[in-house]
Amino acid sequence: MNVKGNVMMAETKLKPKDMPDLSRFDWEDAFRLDGQLTEEERMLRDAARAYAQEKLQPRVIAAYRDEITDPAIFREMGGMGLLGVTVPEEYGGVGASYVSYGLVAREIERVDSGYRSMMSVQSSLVMYPIYAYGSEDHRRKYLPKLASGEWIGCFGLTEPDAGSDPAGMKTVAKKTATGYVLNGSKTWISNAPIADVFIVWAKSEAHDGKIRGFVLDKGLKGLSAPKIGGKLSLRASITGEIVLQDVVVGEEALLPGVEGLKGPFGCLNRARYGIAWGVLGAAEFCFQAARQYGLDRKQFGKPLAGTQIYQLKLANMLTELSLGLQASLRVGRLLDEANAAPEMISIVKRNNCGKALEIARLARDMHGGNGIHEEFQVIRHMVNLETVNTYEGTHDVHALILGRAITGIQAFC
Amino acid sequence: MKVLVPIKQVIDANVRPRVKADGTGVDLANVKLSINPFCEIAVEEAIRLKEKGKASEIVVVSIGPAKAQEIIRSAYALGADRGLFVETEERVEPLAVAKVLQAIIAAEQPGLVILGKQAIDDDSNQTGQMLAGLLGWPQATFASKLEVDGDRATVTREVDGGLETLALTLPAIVTTDLRLNNPRYPTLPNIMKAKKKAIDVKKPEDFGIDITPRLKVLKVSEPPARKPGIKVASAEELVKDLKAAGVL
Repeated sequence: MNVKGNVMMAETKLKPKDMPDLSRFDWEDAFRLDGQLTEEERMLRDAARAYAQEKLQPRVIAAYRDEITDPAIFREMGGMGLLGVTVPEEYGGVGASYVSYGLVAREIERVDSGYRSMMSVQSSLVMYPIYAYGSEDHRRKYLPKLASGEWIGCFGLTEPDAGSDPAGMKTVAKKTATGYVLNGSKTWISNAPIADVFIVWAKSEAHDGKIRGFVLDKGLKGLSAPKIGGKLSLRASITGEIVLQDVVVGEEALLPGVEGLKGPFGCLNRARYGIAWGVLGAAEFCFQAARQYGLDRKQFGKPLAGTQIYQLKLANMLTELSLGLQASLRVGRLLDEANAAPEMISIVKRNNCGKALEIARLARDMHGGNGIHEEFQVIRHMVNLETVNTYEGTHDVHALILGRAITGIQAFC
Repeated sequence: MKVLVPIKQVIDANVRPRVKADGTGVDLANVKLSINPFCEIAVEEAIRLKEKGKASEIVVVSIGPAKAQEIIRSAYALGADRGLFVETEERVEPLAVAKVLQAIIAAEQPGLVILGKQAIDDDSNQTGQMLAGLLGWPQATFASKLEVDGDRATVTREVDGGLETLALTLPAIVTTDLRLNNPRYPTLPNIMKAKKKAIDVKKPEDFGIDITPRLKVLKVSEPPARKPGIKVASAEELVKDLKAAGVL
């Protein structure tokens, strides 16, 4: 019986999945992300990468050092179709998937988190609310020019005394016979000093004090956007305040489609999802730079990469990158199926930002003294990621969002 | 004038090819494939001719396995007007490709055919020349500059020790060298539009051409690893070593 059984086994041809030899590993694409993308997604990613490497990479070191935001970048990105990737084509967008949007964010942030911020704000925080909450007139008026980069947009939610707690905002909209008067101030607003279009969230007295969104055009009396200087992070992306002093607008400035915090959160969820992908681009750059540095740099007669501590760090980096990418792809697919929950986005935003920051810090360290020099670029990514870990929901606040979902008890206050 | 651009999908230039364990070929599983860089230059040159008003229509053609259709879409995203794909799982050799192209050219009647000088996978560097031979058309290979004026083309080509300039009467075959141009990359909206464009898919049999390989691949192997050199202390030692190696 036994003998017969063995003979039977030897004669059964093994299925490919049972063969002793497994497939070959590619450290540049550990879980074969490439194979999980559609042809279209890969083409969009490759085009974004070509643009980012050819046009953004050569200028980022000086732009960061000299704190220069070139508005021409918006026109270039618009020409490439990088603004409003998920917005339908009839409004000037690309009409592509959320996975594609994430892949684009990753390619831009591989160069710099500031450039990705400029793009995310325009796409998710300005074009998305106009598309999702705006009237048809809003869409026709704003979206094509925002998509082409002719107009630059910004998003005003955070205030000096309302950061993680946006419901505590003080900006108000008072009803007039023909529209509203807005008063208040917003801070840490990406793109604001060079913006043509301002999405501003305010408590509207005419709507029981509920938060409502308004679209304002540059040049309105009482509307100003001074630059915030002294920023030691995201220096290639301009940041400012929005000051609203008796700004009179017509009824048409109101975004009709949404009220309450749902409005800004609808935008932020999408931007945070893009960030989850983006930071992995920055982290991948740091990982690859550290790997190459470790192979090239010889101390004590051998490459740094030939030491156990160096390899342990690289292995940890690759592990976190691979898990983060896989998770981001999953959330992107769920967004495309209209089946994603905000808490999923909290998981990937929080995890990927924290891990990317850790990877950048390690890469900085692994570059030794050279790691502090702009030419090696890792310290720029590291300092940028400090911001990205904080904005659009800090690492800790996303933990509280998840904690609330797990326990049913909110612990924000 | 219609310009025909035959293109090929190959292993991406940035990927290090690996030989299959059984030595029957190069492992293509999970490997990034792209349009051959010289073909990309050919597409770019055709687009520039169209932008200058010298070309009216760009038709791209490819022959290969079903997956290779992707490069027709890439060419659409860059600006090609129409694409023809000849699907076969068979390994294709330059002569077979040239014969298929000859049949397509008979139907399409292009004024100019621009090809890459060679594909970076098998480095044959034969298709353009064979096609010119089959058609009896003038050819200019390794082009580093191309100018079209009426029914004449002036081609600067890179030859050993300098540049050679040829005047050709159209229709003609031109193959591209690396320095002809710097290809553009597509915009995202054009990639989306390319997706909606139809590709005319044919089989080699539709042209009545037998593409069975004439050559048999016996074995594919990695190039032998290069042995590191040594430093010698003196000329005497060098001479001694060379004598020992039997070269002196």
